[in-house]
Amino acid sequence: MYVAVKGGEKAIDNAHAWLGEMRRGDTEVAELTVAQIRNQMALAVDRVMAEGSLFDPDLAALAIKQSRGDLIEAIFLIRAYRTTLPRFGASAPIKTENMACMRRISATFKDAPGGQVLGPTFDYTHRLLDFKLAAEGGVETAPKSEADTDEFKPHITSFLNQEGLIQQEPTSDARPSDLTREPMELPASRALRLQALARGDEGFLLGMGYSTQRGYGRNHAFVGELRIGDVAVELDIPELGFAIEIADIEVSECETVNQFAGSKTEPPQFTRGYGLVFGQSERKAISMALVDRALRWKELGEDNPGTPAQDEEFVLYHCDNIQATGFVEHIKLPHYVDFQAELELVRTLRKEATEANAAKEAAQ
Amino acid sequence: MQNPSVTGGFLDAARDSAIAFRAALDAMARPGKISEVSGAVPPAPLSVAAGTLLLTLCDPETPVWLGGAFANDAVVAWLRFHTGASVVSNRKEAMFALGTWVDLFPIHDFPIGTPEYPDRSATLIVERKTLDAAGITLTGPGIKTTAALSLPDIEAFQNNAGLFPLGLDFFFTSGSRVAALPRTTKLES
Amino acid sequence: MSTEYNFAYLDEQTKRMIRRALLKGVAIPGYQVPFASREMPMPYGWGTGGVQVTAACLKPDDTLKVIDQGADDTTNAVSIRKFFEKTAAVAVSEKTEESTVIQTRHRIPEQDLTEDQILVYQVPIPEPLRFLEPRETETRKMHALEEYGLMHVKLYEDIARHGRIATSYAYPVKVEGRYVMDPSPIPKFDNPKMEMAALQLFGAGREQRIYAVPPYTKVVSLDFEDHPFEKGGAPQACGLCDAHDAYLDEVIMDDAGTRMFVCSDTDYCRMRREAGHIGEMGVPLAEDAA
Repeated sequence: MYVAVKGGEKAIDNAHAWLGEMRRGDTEVAELTVAQIRNQMALAVDRVMAEGSLFDPDLAALAIKQSRGDLIEAIFLIRAYRTTLPRFGASAPIKTENMACMRRISATFKDAPGGQVLGPTFDYTHRLLDFKLAAEGGVETAPKSEADTDEFKPHITSFLNQEGLIQQEPTSDARPSDLTREPMELPASRALRLQALARGDEGFLLGMGYSTQRGYGRNHAFVGELRIGDVAVELDIPELGFAIEIADIEVSECETVNQFAGSKTEPPQFTRGYGLVFGQSERKAISMALVDRALRWKELGEDNPGTPAQDEEFVLYHCDNIQATGFVEHIKLPHYVDFQAELELVRTLRKEATEANAAKEAAQ
Repeated sequence: MQNPSVTGGFLDAARDSAIAFRAALDAMARPGKISEVSGAVPPAPLSVAAGTLLLTLCDPETPVWLGGAFANDAVVAWLRFHTGASVVSNRKEAMFALGTWVDLFPIHDFPIGTPEYPDRSATLIVERKTLDAAGITLTGPGIKTTAALSLPDIEAFQNNAGLFPLGLDFFFTSGSRVAALPRTTKLES
Repeated sequence: MSTEYNFAYLDEQTKRMIRRALLKGVAIPGYQVPFASREMPMPYGWGTGGVQVTAACLKPDDTLKVIDQGADDTTNAVSIRKFFEKTAAVAVSEKTEESTVIQTRHRIPEQDLTEDQILVYQVPIPEPLRFLEPRETETRKMHALEEYGLMHVKLYEDIARHGRIATSYAYPVKVEGRYVMDPSPIPKFDNPKMEMAALQLFGAGREQRIYAVPPYTKVVSLDFEDHPFEKGGAPQACGLCDAHDAYLDEVIMDDAGTRMFVCSDTDYCRMRREAGHIGEMGVPLAEDAA
C-alpha cells in the first residue's frame, strides 16, 4: 500500500532545530561572541559587508555566527536584511583622496608624495603555520609609526593627470541608476557596472581578473595605487543647506594604470581601471579594477575577440553570488514532475527507435 | 483646522492599497468589468476611485500629468504629500495622466512605450460622470465572449489598440467605480 | 501575526513597483516586464519571483494555496505557505476550490480554475529563447521584431532528429498571436489548461521579470501543421483514485523496481478519493487514514 509522504512542516522544524544545535557545536567549548568575530575575523566581516552591500560590522559578524562561517550564506542574510531597511537619502560621493590611509602603495613609482605605506599586510609573511596561535598566542603589539598617518596623500594618478598622460574620467552630476532599485538594463553604464562589481563575488572577480592577465582580453595593468583606510561619509541635508559627516567607513581602493594605444583622434594615453570595496579587501579591489578596465573595451575602441571578462552581459549576469548560489542550489528541489515528462519522452523516443530499427532489419 | 493636503490618505496603507490594487488588477484583467474601490478621500474634483488609484500606484518614481480642473493646488498638494509623485506638465514625461476625456484628448503625446520596452507607456485615468456596462462592445484578452462599457470615444481607443504591443492603457473612474481598458481590447460600436 | 514586518513582508514602495509591472504585464499579455526584484528571505531559484508577485497581490481576506510539483506538502511549498501565514496572516488552504490565490511551481491544478482565482507561477528562466540565444540584448530585439524563427528551427531540428518535438516541459507558447512565452517548467500536459477563466501571473525574481496571461486569452503551444502539439501523459490511471485525466507521478515501490502511478495534484486525488473513487492499488480513504 502506498501512502504519500506527509509531514514536510515537521521535517523543516526539526531540520532547523538540528541546524541550531550544529551551529553551537560542542557546548564544552566556549561560545563565540559577535564581538570576537568582528574583531578577530575582521576580513571575513569585511567580505560579508562588501558583498552584502551593507556597512555594518556588527551585523556582518552576527551573520557569520548565524551562518556557521559560510560567508555566502552570511552575505545572503545581510542582503535580505538590507532590502527591508528604509532609505533616508544618498550620501555625497566619498572623497578617497582624503582617506586616512593605513596602507597605501604604488607599483608605478618608487616614491611619491605621501610615501609608500605597507600597513598590516600578509604580503611578505612567510606562509608558515604559526603554532603559537593554536596555543592562544597572546598579545602582539606593533611599533607606532613616527609618520603622520593623517598626512594628505594625493592619488598617484593625479600626477599622471598633470601631464595629461592619463585619460580624464568625465565628471557628471547625473544621478546614477541604482542596481538594487531598478532592473538591470543593457548596455549598462560604467556606474552600474561598478555597482555590480563592488557587490560581486570575490572569487568570480578574481577568476575574471586573472583571465585578463593570461590573455583573455589582455590589457596589461599596473597597480597605480592601492590604498586602504577610513573615509568620511557625508550626507546632504537640504533643510540645513550643507552636508554633515555621518560616519567613517573603511574602504579599499585600487586604480590600475593601463596602456591605451590611442586612436585616430587621440594620441596614446594611459587609462584606468577602478576598484572600490568596503573594508580591507585588496584582492577584490584589484580584481574589480582589472574587470572594470576589461569591460571598457567598447568606449575605448579596443578589440573584443569574445573573451569572458570583456563580455558585459556575461560578467554582470553572473557575478552575483547570491543569485548564483540560489539558482545553482535550487536544482536540489523536487523536479519530479518535469523529470516524469522527460521519462515519458525518452521512453517514447527509445520505443520508436527500436521499432524503426526492427522494421529496418526485417526489411533487409 | 488641519491642512487638507495631509488628510484623505489611506487609514491603513498596506491593507487599503492591497484591496484597491486587486480591484484595479481585476479591472485591467477583465476589460469592461466595473469594480468598486475606496480608501482615499481626495480633494475636489478628484473622484474617490481616481484618488484611490493614485495612492495605490503612484510614488516618487511615477511622474503624473494632471489635466484641466484636476491641476489645481489642492490636488497637487494632496498628491505630493501622500505619494511623493512629481507633477509634470509635459505629456511625454507622464507615467500616469489624469483628467476628463476632454482634458486628455488628443492622447498621442503620452508615451506609448518602445518596441523593446512596450511597458514604458503611460496609464491614463479618465474621470467620467457615469460609468456603465453598456455602450461600446469589447472583445479580446480578459473577455470570455463580449463585454460592454460606456466609453467617451471609440476611434481613439481603436487607434490605440492598433499600436499593439505599444499603446496606452486606461482606467475609467466615476465616484467609487472603476473599469479599465488595456491596449489589447478591440472595440465595436 | 508578526508585527516586525509590513503586511505581506514587502514595503509599500516595492509593492507599488511590482503592482505597476503587473498591470503592464496584464495589458501586454506574454511580454516580460522588467522589475526591480528585491532580495527575499529565501534563495533565488526557490520562488522569489512568485513570492513577490503573491505578496503584491494578497489582500487580507484571501485564501492562499501553495503547491510545488502539484503537491501542498512538498517542503518548499510548506515553507512559502508558512512565510505568508506569518507575514500576511492570510487564511491558507490545500483545497483548490477554496483558494483565491494559488502560487505554484511546475504544475497547473487539475480542477478548472474560476474567475475569482489568481494563479501565480514561480519562473526560473522567463525567456523562452534563452537556451537558443543566451544574450538578453539579442532576445529582447527578437521579441521586439516578433522574430521567432530560431524557435521554429529548434523545434524542427527535434523533428528531423527524433521524428517529434522533444520538449516535454516548459513547452513554449504564443500568447494572443504576438509574444512567444515560457509557461514556466510545467509539463506540456498542462499547456492546454492555460486558456482559463483565472488570471495567470508569472514572477521570475532572479531574472527580474514579471509577465501575465489575462483570463480567456489565446495561448497556443508552438507546433507545425504536420506535427501538431500533443499534450502527452501517462497511459495509466492513478493507482489511488483511478483518475484517467490527471498528470501522474511515477513512484518506485520496491527494490524490484515496481512502479506505481499517482496523481501529482494531491488535492485533486484527495477529492476524488473522498468522492469514492478507488484506484488499482488504493483503498478507501477512511482505511488509509486509520
